[in-house]
Amino acid sequence: MKARLATLLAWVIALLNVFPLVWMALASFKTEVDAIHTPPLLFFHPTLENYQAIFALQDYTGYALNSVAISLGATLITVLIAIPAAFAMAFYPGPRTRDILLWMLSTKMLPAVGVLVPIYLLCRDAGLLDTRTALIIVYVLSNLPIAVWMLFTFFRETPRDIIEASRIDGASVGETILLVLLPLVLPGIASTALLLIILCWNEAFWSLNLTAHNAAPLTAFIASFSAPQGLFWARLSAASLLAIAPILVFGWLSQRQLVRGLTFGAVK
Amino acid sequence: MARASSRAGIATAPLLAPAVLLLLLWMIVPLAMTLWFSFQRYNLLNPAVRGFAGFNNYRFLLRDPTLVPILVTTVVLVLAVLALTIGLGTVFAALFAREFRGRNIARLLMVTPFFVMPTVSALVWKNLFMHPVNGFFAAISRGLGLPVIDWFGAIPLLSVILIVAWEWLPFAFLIFLTALQSLDEEQIEAARLDGAGPIAIFFFIQLPHLGRAISVVVMMETIFLLGIFAEIYVTTAGGPGIATTNLPFLIYQRALLAFNVGGASAAGVIAIVLANVMAALLVRTIARRLDV
Amino acid sequence: MTFRRLLGLCASLTAFAMASPAWSATITIATVNNSDMIRMQQLSKEWEKETGNKINWVVLEENVLRQRVTTDITTKGGQFDILTIGSYETPIWGKQNWLVPLDDLPPSYDVKDIFPSVRQALSANGHLYAVPFYAESSFTFYRKDLFDKAGLKMPAQPKYEEVKTFADRLTDRAHEQYGICLRGKPGWGENMAYLTTLVNTFGGRWFDEHWNPQLDTPAWHAAISFYVDLMRRDGPPGANSNGFNENLALFSTGHCAMWIDATVAAGLLYDKSQSQVADKVAFTAAPIAKVPNGSHWFWAWALAIPSTSKNVAAAKSFLAWSTSKDYVALVGKTFGWTVVPPGTRASTYANPEYLKAAPFAEFVKQAILTADLEHPTAEKVPYTGIQYVAIPEFQAIGTQVGQLMAGALTGQMSVDEALKQAQASVKATMEQAGYIQ
Repeated sequence: MKARLATLLAWVIALLNVFPLVWMALASFKTEVDAIHTPPLLFFHPTLENYQAIFALQDYTGYALNSVAISLGATLITVLIAIPAAFAMAFYPGPRTRDILLWMLSTKMLPAVGVLVPIYLLCRDAGLLDTRTALIIVYVLSNLPIAVWMLFTFFRETPRDIIEASRIDGASVGETILLVLLPLVLPGIASTALLLIILCWNEAFWSLNLTAHNAAPLTAFIASFSAPQGLFWARLSAASLLAIAPILVFGWLSQRQLVRGLTFGAVK
Repeated sequence: MARASSRAGIATAPLLAPAVLLLLLWMIVPLAMTLWFSFQRYNLLNPAVRGFAGFNNYRFLLRDPTLVPILVTTVVLVLAVLALTIGLGTVFAALFAREFRGRNIARLLMVTPFFVMPTVSALVWKNLFMHPVNGFFAAISRGLGLPVIDWFGAIPLLSVILIVAWEWLPFAFLIFLTALQSLDEEQIEAARLDGAGPIAIFFFIQLPHLGRAISVVVMMETIFLLGIFAEIYVTTAGGPGIATTNLPFLIYQRALLAFNVGGASAAGVIAIVLANVMAALLVRTIARRLDV
Repeated sequence: MTFRRLLGLCASLTAFAMASPAWSATITIATVNNSDMIRMQQLSKEWEKETGNKINWVVLEENVLRQRVTTDITTKGGQFDILTIGSYETPIWGKQNWLVPLDDLPPSYDVKDIFPSVRQALSANGHLYAVPFYAESSFTFYRKDLFDKAGLKMPAQPKYEEVKTFADRLTDRAHEQYGICLRGKPGWGENMAYLTTLVNTFGGRWFDEHWNPQLDTPAWHAAISFYVDLMRRDGPPGANSNGFNENLALFSTGHCAMWIDATVAAGLLYDKSQSQVADKVAFTAAPIAKVPNGSHWFWAWALAIPSTSKNVAAAKSFLAWSTSKDYVALVGKTFGWTVVPPGTRASTYANPEYLKAAPFAEFVKQAILTADLEHPTAEKVPYTGIQYVAIPEFQAIGTQVGQLMAGALTGQMSVDEALKQAQASVKATMEQAGYIQ
């Protein structure tokens, strides 16, 4: 009986937790007048007019492709730079390792808004405004600390003996990382990469400010629907759903991997 | 530790160098520019007026009577969201730690808000739910005959805190859940046989086991919560008054509303100092618990 | 730079190889997501077909757009060929030579057809720096049906005292009907646009002739106290987050008896597909309190070319097309005459089809023509602009004061306290900017 009550409670909490998104999804199939109706309408004639209007106005695929390219590109580079650093710190810690790690994390605390003007000027001079390259560079740099930290905590849980045995057998550092370590820590790398993709996809400050058209991702797409004149809840809901749908599906599919790795060393 | 690395005997410098050098650049270049600008009279909208400002930008900032309340708001926002996500996160994780029907799907629903863009969450909460006339909550209040809550008017900071907590609850929940699942089943079983109820098990077995996980959540969330911006921008724009203005939003107002690069840079330097104080105080004590 | 040029070269070579017209360019237009601009975006395919050019649209909400284009133009980022800006920015940026002067538009464009006051608002140093897409003033919307039912009659030129009486009578909280809806969302273009007209008509001003802020004067006290008191008694809940848009939603779903705001809302409120009160809405002049000066505002959304544009010819061609008489006719034909861009051209207001479709037309025209940017207040001021002060610092000043006024509205602070803080912060900003020594 108690167990059943707990199960019920868990389900109620889960459903409440996701309800705002369900409600948003419902609103996206309403007419504007139905969407703002009081009391809120649970039953209504569903319509696709919001989606049709959005596709007629904006090049959704273009935005989505930019989001995909930027998230994947930035994540790949971040992981490639972070793996060697995390490897060195986890398996060959020196007296400064701890300070370096904490210093890296502290760079993450600088508010981005404060440095927009300097970065904008640098991008202008490098001819990088409105390019995917600019966003990839910024994302790599701002997510690197998280990636190093996460990978570090995984690597540290890997038995050292295996690494040392491989080194004694005469393998180079590169070979050791590639052939021995990588297969062992693949789940950790996968979950780091997943987290990075989510962070890149949802970043809304740099993406709005450093792009115009050619490199604009879905966060810019949302900004064109967020406060137009007139009633806008239904169309905004539809645009929101379109913007989060890819990452939502991706997140659901890969949730098992994400969960397995998202420990930051919390589990011993 | 030092002995360990000499025994291994590999050159770690080339492995560390790319990450460290890139981050150094990422920190030093903007920092140097920010420091330089903070001593300049530099307003992008008024290019005619340029020159050395001395400590003027700092003087205007520190004389501003709103600076202290804004720093307090910044910290309150972080602490309140931490308290909510950790409080609810541990309880929910305990609830999800046992097997039950459809647990995988329920867990998926719990995690989902983490995948949503902060701008989208803020827009949905602000319009569809917290709108005091047409919103969902207003309709519920009216249905129950209760007074309608004017979320962003009467309790603006709490409203922002609730939205941010909803976004970050999945993160805390996931880490706690993973940690709890590493807990020895037999220990709980033994306690249960001894007659311990679920509440006793939570407080005396599960919660103590979560020490490290809580440290991790505090550290990771603090890093992100100090920079909360999008949610405030979308919902309250820092107001009413300065009720929801935190340090990043203050800098935004100076830098991108006034285009006062000098003044914004001075505030940026303060933010950097604050970040480092936080890093020194909080992150270090927690990192020690994680025996890095 | 070189890489981008190379890319551009490749792109144009490909375009050339594909045998499109020799004079073909791609222009990037930054615009705001207002309904009129969205219609322009839809119709622009015609222009692309006619000229063989291509347009990249960057459509953003107003605040994001403003920040985005300001960053770009002040740093000479050069990402856009056409910017959508307002009558506030145009003269300031024009004076800095950040915009391309538009004095050489073709005769067929008929610049003289644009209302002189609108042209003047978009000029600096004798040059036209932007062409108006639409222009607006402010007036009072009210619900005829509610007024009739209560036996009230709205005068042609209401006084604020009368508005207060009406609002008290028409508020019925149990039925979510509020006597008056006014802007409360902080922002220089949101609550401060309305509140500045209110202060003007109460006889106040932002600055005296020597740029000393005047926010702690009796006129400001009277105006803001009136506003806070009125909104607390008869306004909707959550008024501090209501801007133009939120009030439009409230009014069009039947929650407001009166609403004082932009004339451009008329086109939307009369549109049956968007408004539940299309057959019940009426309008009259903006109310006055003590003096008539500056009781209704003037605003124009205009298109301008930044001096960094590399496609000036194509950009000019689009400007001329999208603000021409032909364009107005095209909108009328495609979307109906009610929604053609208002407030810019005399010819629009001479068109019988428009006058028939838009009962508010003559009123809007009068409001726009009588809005006097040069004499916005009863006392002398060193600035132009009715609901704003045309200096670069005003965006920040207005928004900061707007926050404090929202604080007073929600009761987080008293009106006295809010105005005292506002005065201090404006004074500090003006000192820092060097207006006051």
